[in-house]
Amino acid sequence: MLMKLARLSLWNRRGTVLMTWLSLTISIALLLGIDHLRTEAKNSFTSTVSGTDLIVGARAGQLNLLLYSVFRIGNATANISWPSYQRIIKHPQIAWSIPISLGDSHRGYRVMGTSGEYFQYYRYANSQPLVLKEGTAFSGVFETVLGADVAQKLGYTLGQQIELSHGVGAVSFSQHKDKPFTVVGILARTGTPVDQTVHVSLEAIEAIHLDWQQGAPMPGRQLNAAQALAQDLTPKSITAFMVGLKSRMATFTLQRQINEYKNEPLTAILPGVALAELWQMLGMVENLLLVISLLVLMAALVGMITTLLASMKQRQREMAVLRAAGAHPWYLFVLVQLEVLLVTVVSMLSAAALLFVSLVVLQDKLAADYGLFVGLNIIRLNTLYWAGAIVLLSALLAMVPGVLAYRKTLSDGLTVRL
Amino acid sequence: MTLSTPVTDKPKIPAIDLKQLKFHYRPGGWQLELPELTLHSGQHLFVRGASGSGKTTLLNLLCGITRPVSGELFISGHALHKLSGGARDSLRAKHIGVVFQQLNLIPYLSVLDNTLLSSHFAGQNKAEALSRAEQLLQRLSLQQSLWQQPASELSVGQQQRVAIARALLPRPTLLIADEPTSALDSDNRDAFMRVMLAEADANNCTVVFVSHDKSLQQYFHYQLDMLQLKQGVQPC
Repeated sequence: MLMKLARLSLWNRRGTVLMTWLSLTISIALLLGIDHLRTEAKNSFTSTVSGTDLIVGARAGQLNLLLYSVFRIGNATANISWPSYQRIIKHPQIAWSIPISLGDSHRGYRVMGTSGEYFQYYRYANSQPLVLKEGTAFSGVFETVLGADVAQKLGYTLGQQIELSHGVGAVSFSQHKDKPFTVVGILARTGTPVDQTVHVSLEAIEAIHLDWQQGAPMPGRQLNAAQALAQDLTPKSITAFMVGLKSRMATFTLQRQINEYKNEPLTAILPGVALAELWQMLGMVENLLLVISLLVLMAALVGMITTLLASMKQRQREMAVLRAAGAHPWYLFVLVQLEVLLVTVVSMLSAAALLFVSLVVLQDKLAADYGLFVGLNIIRLNTLYWAGAIVLLSALLAMVPGVLAYRKTLSDGLTVRL
Repeated sequence: MTLSTPVTDKPKIPAIDLKQLKFHYRPGGWQLELPELTLHSGQHLFVRGASGSGKTTLLNLLCGITRPVSGELFISGHALHKLSGGARDSLRAKHIGVVFQQLNLIPYLSVLDNTLLSSHFAGQNKAEALSRAEQLLQRLSLQQSLWQQPASELSVGQQQRVAIARALLPRPTLLIADEPTSALDSDNRDAFMRVMLAEADANNCTVVFVSHDKSLQQYFHYQLDMLQLKQGVQPC
C-alpha cells in the first residue's frame, strides 16, 4: 500500500515530477558521463603507447610532438632529414626504431608512412604487439595496411583500391589520384589511434610526392605509378621516429645527445613523462568538470525538494486523511522519502540509458576527432559508488519535506489550517 | 459472512468514558474542560456548538490525535491518555472511524483502495478486508463500476459515502463525524444521515456527530450542546 501510495501520488503530480525527472536524468547522466570519460580517457591515453623509450621529432614542445606522433592530433612544424635519422639510429644503445611520416590522409583518416619495424616493434597497452586480423604487412610500394576502424567504417576489404589525399582534412581538394593503393592487410582492433590510421611504406609517401613540390603538384610533371616505381624512392625526410633502447639506463643520456644534435634542431621525449604531463593538464580540466557536474546534480536535487516542499501545502489534506485512517506520522515521513527515492532511482536508470546511448552515438566521433577511445561499459565500481552517493544525498535532502510532513501532521491533527 | 453481530447483552465497557479532561494549546491560553462524558456502545450522540466552542478539539482528543493535558479518557476500555503517539495511532486505526466535512478521500487512489486504507493501517487480513469493503460499498449504494475509479471523479455525496465505508471497514467501536453533511444539498443530506446511522447500527458502532446545524439533531438518540458538555451534563 505504501508503494502504491507513493507511485500514484507521484503519478498524480506527473507534470512537476516529469520535469524533476528530466533535470535529474540530465544531471546524473552528466556526472556519470564525465566520470566515465575521465576514467576511460586515462586508460586510453596511458595505453596508447608502450615499450617505446623515446620519441624523436623536429624541435617542438613535448606535448605537440606526443600529440601528432602518437595521437595523430595536430601537425608537425618541421621534418627530420633522412640522413640525420640514419645517423642517429646507428647509436649503439638503440635496439630498434620506427620511422613515421605523416601529412596525408584518406577520407579523414590519417595516413602514416612507416617501415616494417612498425609491425614488429610497436607496442600498446600492456606491451601488446600489433596483430594483423587479415592479410599481411605491406611489402610493395603501393600497398596499404588499414587500422580496424578504417576498414570497418569505410567497409574496406582486402584487395580493394584506395586513393590518398594530400593534407589531413576530411575533405581534400588535392588527391593522389594517379597512384592508387591496394589494401593488403587489416589490423586487429587495439582501442588506440592505430585503429584510425592508414599505414603505407615510407617509399610510398615518397612516390606519391615525386611530382609534387612545396605541397602542390608540379605543373607539367606527372608520373604514373609505374614511372614512380622506376625512380629512387629513398625518403628525403620523415616526421618523427620512435626508439627502443637496449637498456633503459641509457634513456636520459640518449635524450640529451639527441636534443644537442648539432646538424638539426631535434627534440626527444619520454612518452611516459609526456603522457603524464598531458594527463595532468586534462585531469585538471576534468576535475573542474566533475565539480561543475556535481553542482548541477545538487541544483537538480534541490529543485526536486523545492517542488516537493511546494506540493506539501496542497497535500495537507491528503496527509490528514491518512492520519485519520490511522497512519503514524512516521508513515508520512517514509512516504515522502519513498517518493524521492523512486524519482531518484528512476532518474538514475534513465540517466544510465541516456549515457549509454550518447556513448554509442559519440564513440566514433570522440575516437576520430580527439583520439579518445571510450568503452561502452558504464557500470563500474565507481559508478556504483556514485549511485549510492546520489541516493544518500537525495534521502538526506528529502528529510526536509519529510520532517515537515511529520511535524505538520502532529501539530495540525486532522484539521487543515490555512 | 455477516456485517453485524447481534447485541444481546448491554456491554459492560463504555465506548467513551472521559473524566475531568483538560486541554490547552498553550498554558494560560484557550482551554477546554470536560468534567464527564460516558457513551455506551451503539449510542448516537449529536454535539452542536458554534465555531470556536471546541468541537474540533473535542474530536481531536477523542481520536487520539491530540493528547489531553490532564484527566482520563477511555475508548473501549483503552486508556488513551496514557498511550504513546504510536499506540494512539494504532488504536485509532483499529477502533475509531473518522469522517470529515469534505475531501475525505485521497484523490488519486481508487474508491476501493480508499476504502481499504483503514484496514491497511489496522493491520487486518487483506482478503477479509476486501470482501467486507465490497459488501460495505454495495450497501452504501456505490455500484461496482465505480470501485476502480479514482476518488476525484466521484460526486461529493458519493465521496462522503466512500468515507463512511472506509471509517466502518475495520469494525470500529466509535465513529466520529465532523459535519460530514455540510457540503451536501438537503436531499443528499437526508439520505446520507440515514445510511450512515443505519450502517453504524448494523455494526453496533457508537457515533459522535458534531455540527452547528440543529436540523440534523432529529436523527440522533441524544443531543448535547458544547456548553452542556462543558458543564458535565450526561446524554440521556
